[in-house]
Amino acid sequence: MTLKNYKQKKDFNVIGTNPIRHDGYDKVTGRAIYGADVKLPNLIWGEVVRSTIAHGKIKSIDVSEAEKMEGVFAVITHEDFEKNNKDANVNLARDMQNILAKDKVLYKGHAVAAVSARDRNTAKEACNLIKVEYEELQPVSNVSEALEANAPILIKDLVGDHLGKSVNKTNIAKQIRHQLGDTNEGFKHSDLIVEKEFNLQMVHQGYIEPHNAIAHWDENDHLSLWSSTQGSFAVRDLTAGFVGLSESQVTTYPVEIGGGFGGKTKVYLPPLAALLSKKSGFKPVKMIMDRVSVFLASGPAPGGKVKVKLGVTNEGKFTAGIVDLKFEAGAYPGSSIAAGATCCLACYNIPNVLIDAFDVVVNKPKTAAYRAPGSPQVSFAVESVIDDICEKMNWDKIDFRINNASKEGTRRADGVQFNKIGFIETLEAAKSSDHWKSPLLKKNKNKVYGRGIACGFWMNGGGKSTVDLMLHDDGNIALNEGSADIGGTRTSISMQVAEALGISAERIQPSIPNTDSIGFTGTTGGSRTTYATGFAGLEAANKLITEMKKRATIYWEIEETDIKFSEGNIYSTKDPELKLSIKELAAVIGETGGPVSSTASVNLPSGGNGFGIGICDIQIDTLTGKTDVIRYTAIQDVGKAIYPQYVESQIVGGAAQGIGWALNEEYYMNDKGIMTNSSFLDYRMPTSLDLPNIEVILVEVANPQHPYGVRGVGEVPIIPPLATLGNAIKDAIGTRIYSTPMNPGKILEVLSNG
Amino acid sequence: MQPFAYTAPTTVKEAVEILTKHGDKARPMAGGTDLLVQIRGGKYNLDAVVDIKKIPELNSLSNDSKSLNIGAAVPCHRIYEDPKISEDFPGLIDAAELIGGIQIQSRAGIGGNLCNSTPSGDSIGPLIVLSAVANIEGSNGKRSIPVEDFCTGPGSNALENGEILVSLSIPNQGSKFNSAYERFIPRNEMDIAVAGVASSILIGSNGKIESARIALASVGPTPILAKKASESLIGKEPGEAAFNEAGAIAKTECSPIEDMRGTVDQRKHLVEVLTVRTLNKSLERIGG
Repeated sequence: MTLKNYKQKKDFNVIGTNPIRHDGYDKVTGRAIYGADVKLPNLIWGEVVRSTIAHGKIKSIDVSEAEKMEGVFAVITHEDFEKNNKDANVNLARDMQNILAKDKVLYKGHAVAAVSARDRNTAKEACNLIKVEYEELQPVSNVSEALEANAPILIKDLVGDHLGKSVNKTNIAKQIRHQLGDTNEGFKHSDLIVEKEFNLQMVHQGYIEPHNAIAHWDENDHLSLWSSTQGSFAVRDLTAGFVGLSESQVTTYPVEIGGGFGGKTKVYLPPLAALLSKKSGFKPVKMIMDRVSVFLASGPAPGGKVKVKLGVTNEGKFTAGIVDLKFEAGAYPGSSIAAGATCCLACYNIPNVLIDAFDVVVNKPKTAAYRAPGSPQVSFAVESVIDDICEKMNWDKIDFRINNASKEGTRRADGVQFNKIGFIETLEAAKSSDHWKSPLLKKNKNKVYGRGIACGFWMNGGGKSTVDLMLHDDGNIALNEGSADIGGTRTSISMQVAEALGISAERIQPSIPNTDSIGFTGTTGGSRTTYATGFAGLEAANKLITEMKKRATIYWEIEETDIKFSEGNIYSTKDPELKLSIKELAAVIGETGGPVSSTASVNLPSGGNGFGIGICDIQIDTLTGKTDVIRYTAIQDVGKAIYPQYVESQIVGGAAQGIGWALNEEYYMNDKGIMTNSSFLDYRMPTSLDLPNIEVILVEVANPQHPYGVRGVGEVPIIPPLATLGNAIKDAIGTRIYSTPMNPGKILEVLSNG
Repeated sequence: MQPFAYTAPTTVKEAVEILTKHGDKARPMAGGTDLLVQIRGGKYNLDAVVDIKKIPELNSLSNDSKSLNIGAAVPCHRIYEDPKISEDFPGLIDAAELIGGIQIQSRAGIGGNLCNSTPSGDSIGPLIVLSAVANIEGSNGKRSIPVEDFCTGPGSNALENGEILVSLSIPNQGSKFNSAYERFIPRNEMDIAVAGVASSILIGSNGKIESARIALASVGPTPILAKKASESLIGKEPGEAAFNEAGAIAKTECSPIEDMRGTVDQRKHLVEVLTVRTLNKSLERIGG
């Protein structure tokens, strides 16, 4: 679907207000049903046996004792996958090995077998009876180790795709490149070149609700699934693929989700629960991961290395930029290198660019999406180098960025040319913000202060979405949408439909039906939903209006050309006496031909690019190395804030996660390649006591490709904090820290080395 | 997790009998905030959990001019909500307010924290610098030992099979004595000490330090009474010079490891910083 540029609506009735959210009452009363709340008759429990080592060959799995235990229904291993899915292609077969290991374990926590039993405790005890023998191999814990000449090869049959060339015996699953102009030439014309390398540790999304699944495989080979997910259709399609069923044989029932941030776009438990259900005499099987397993065996965000080289002229213009990024894919290929490569230099108009990106397998869990996947890592590197350039050249950090900012017509290195974007407006809002204009606190004994600023970019997704609308006889509207609601989409889509229909948001009742009851809708991710599913909602609303107008002409017995719809009312253009509100029309709809409903499905290109900025003041205790964030302001172009409170909350949440990533969060690996801080106690996400009241400035430069100007919002705010904090630390102590997390230990080390 | 019996005796004798009978297969439970997590995590395979909260002596809390007596099952909130205890023993309150969040503090207590015997136990250092004594009872009768001799390794202590901690006695050393505890964590709450230091000083009639105690947490296999650093203060003028010297000595009396919570150098450095800070705070609390 190609899009025209829409004339932007200026005056809104519903959009820009903060009505009571449709899912609010059930959530605050505890009534909302999350994955773990679902109960079915004859439900049994499943548990997983997980690898105790980071890297090894599985010599044998002895399940005989577990199978004999009283109360145990079934035990499955990788063989059960293969029996159910004989013709899986190479990629699917590899993904199946991540869900249940075949001949090798590639990270601690890697699932090796699963058990179903009459209750959870029995299932856990049965897991203890399964004996797995390993031949332990040397673990590969990071990108550097993976690329060493004699590094152990994790996946023997992996054929690397290095710029299109097939390479065997490699830990580099993929290399991609974006090129614009000639960087050699560009650097020749630079007056200053700064080149630095940055290291990042793997981090986890840290959603509070652990992964869960209930699967019921019935006697007719139909599989029903309940699972907290960002994409019911993805769970359906992935699980169907793994267990050898076709899409129509699987139905996913959406449940509320307790946080995802990209981590709930994959499946871990549903295929295991499905196979256990089948093997347990078609009983429904429930599985819930514990927190340790969530850390060890779900999909964190990649760490890795990012090298940046930037050249500028004395006049303050970029001449060339090179970025080399190597991300940890985890145990199997597929990290966010493509997005990292797209985002790294997208904020700026740089004439000569070379970007190389490498997807590297290591003995850690297979990575998944985490809020703007790939972009915070590259922003950390690029925005730190820009900070150094501005300091060396004594340039104003915002003016330099404005001078070089991408704008409408700028072509990115990946080939895309920007439509109307709001980066310059966002920079100007930062420049005139109270925070930027306020003085920084002065050094006081062992307390030093620093201020940082940094930017971030995210493409924002489009994709497939479906919305159905139904006019009730009382004039209210039932709205069905296919998008999982992880951050308020029921309300944000209802508000767009309400705006189009000229009624209040409260008159729309949104639901998310199962996957057999709504058209295909892509996963809620990529900040696509308010834009794409909202777009489908507007299309459905327009169809509903067309049908309602037609019904009014039947009711009034007038010509179809003589009718008009405006602000929730239908009028005759000829007879001023003829006017019906939606409610009045609904009451007589039976006389006009029966029920009125509409449906719309869309498949949209990118959702209007998003830019954000962080400004941060910190205090460092030079005796302990502790950083306290004392003020943080997030400035972001949001296109149009449909529900401003939600938009601000998204931005606050993203900033909080980015601050945690910058300061303390990491997968801390011991010398055996095992994560030793797999609990919320030691993973050290910030609590409410560790964060200031994050201030938000919304900039609204309408996305011309959406009737209401919507741009994706949820991902951009996590990008700037890493470099913002890094730059603030540099400002406070005079030294840059080139790796995350920038924790008290590292700060102390830098301080004691002078 | 295997099924186990739960019993809640009402006398020390009864509790000791059950614990003696089951040996390693039974554990006493006060707040349970550590024990239940450990059972779920597979650390123990128990036949019996003996809830000691229904034994009156273990739930008593008394504070007179001579000493503070804390029953082994008294939860933290009862300690820090008592205004007189807060006034008399602020160093202990520093720890009682730190252990867990509000919900945890309504179950977890100082006695359980001591018996769990982790090197990072926040209340153990303060108990040591307050010269607390652990009153123990078992099948062989009663005995009392100083808290600094209680912990014997990470998670292990001087309690024999069948013995329970009944109470902790802390002498009241008057208005010229005070104490403080500080730990370093990268966050502001909900964390385990990277390093922690408790200090106490008693000022003599000549205005000099008459006695002092410094105890270190999370920097060795058990909480450590830093004897040399403590002794270095005796007879000195309380203040920067003496405190800095004690800090430098304390740093040499610990043996931290490197793990996910911190490095060796970081922990040693923090011991020095926190020793000075807690000594200053103790002095401020004495006032005048």
